[in-house]
Amino acid sequence: MTDAPIILHEPQFQQLRHILNKLRLESFSRVVFLVDKNGQQIAAHGEVGDLDTTSLASLAAGNVAATGGMAQLIGEKEFPTLSHEGERDSIHICIIGRVLLVVVFDERSSLGLVKLRVKQASRDLSVLFKEVERIALERKNSEESIFAEITDDDIDSLFN
Amino acid sequence: MTFINYASREINCKIVYYGPGLCGKTTNLQYIYDTTAPTAKGKLISLATETDRTLFFDFMPLELGTVRGFKTRFHLYTVPGQVFYDASRKLILKGVDGVVFVADSQEERMDANIESLYNLEENLQSNGYDLSKIPYVLQLNKRDLPNILPAEEMAAELRRNGEPIHEAVASNGAGVFDTLKSVAKQVLNELKKS
Repeated sequence: MTDAPIILHEPQFQQLRHILNKLRLESFSRVVFLVDKNGQQIAAHGEVGDLDTTSLASLAAGNVAATGGMAQLIGEKEFPTLSHEGERDSIHICIIGRVLLVVVFDERSSLGLVKLRVKQASRDLSVLFKEVERIALERKNSEESIFAEITDDDIDSLFN
Repeated sequence: MTFINYASREINCKIVYYGPGLCGKTTNLQYIYDTTAPTAKGKLISLATETDRTLFFDFMPLELGTVRGFKTRFHLYTVPGQVFYDASRKLILKGVDGVVFVADSQEERMDANIESLYNLEENLQSNGYDLSKIPYVLQLNKRDLPNILPAEEMAAELRRNGEPIHEAVASNGAGVFDTLKSVAKQVLNELKKS
């Protein structure tokens, strides 16, 4: 059995964007994005420009998975935060349940400030994702999925 | 684990190519990358050793088009095939939506295929999945080489639960898209049920 999918609806997505935007402004960071633990980007906010956020999301998840594996080998459950400091730009990653909050920042900010603001945003995101899960469960029980109507022809047409 | 975003109307799924060392997993991805329109793909990320052996994973996002108004994006991953990278393989299987097992058709690699397939079953189980219940395709690769086993013999040994089997030569692309289509179809059909 696969895990339950993460399903985001418009109101929660807007709320999510609001939280990320607030975090970016308050932490003076370049880009803030949210990734699921399997490497899929959920949302990004900030000076994205030509930054390859899809690859960054996948690598951030790989990074967390690898350090999580190391944590377990030494008897820890996981390492809840990771920071990589470069000459100019740095990355801070924080695990929040099923998702990762990734903050890219430069000399306009500092690791201390980013960590502080991330802590605050984590609380908001935890609440939001509990709500997302609740809604997904509620809708699953009460509504027919729109994907139930996908036909074989729909799928075939993707490859033509 | 599929991610569905109703706001941006996107579906994201994860497909993992598994198999023994040097069976052609990266070659499958490389062919898909080389022959896909630039607008439909992202970068091919390869975390490899200096001798081009996969160290952690290869990754490539592929956008196939829209289904019922939703953009479908498949994230394709390969695992490192060499036996001692087992911890990495286990991690990459987390949240997988579909698996392609790439078997090396050369006679002398049959034991490696069997070992890798057992390893896949074990690693899926440790992540809470059952190979017989998830979208799964078996690819018999390197069909152009002289010392290969007959497809029927390989199927008898490697087929688990009536999964689709595709013969392939990943280096020239034969069977590569058939394999991908076959697993993608199962993943989307799975979505219908959820």
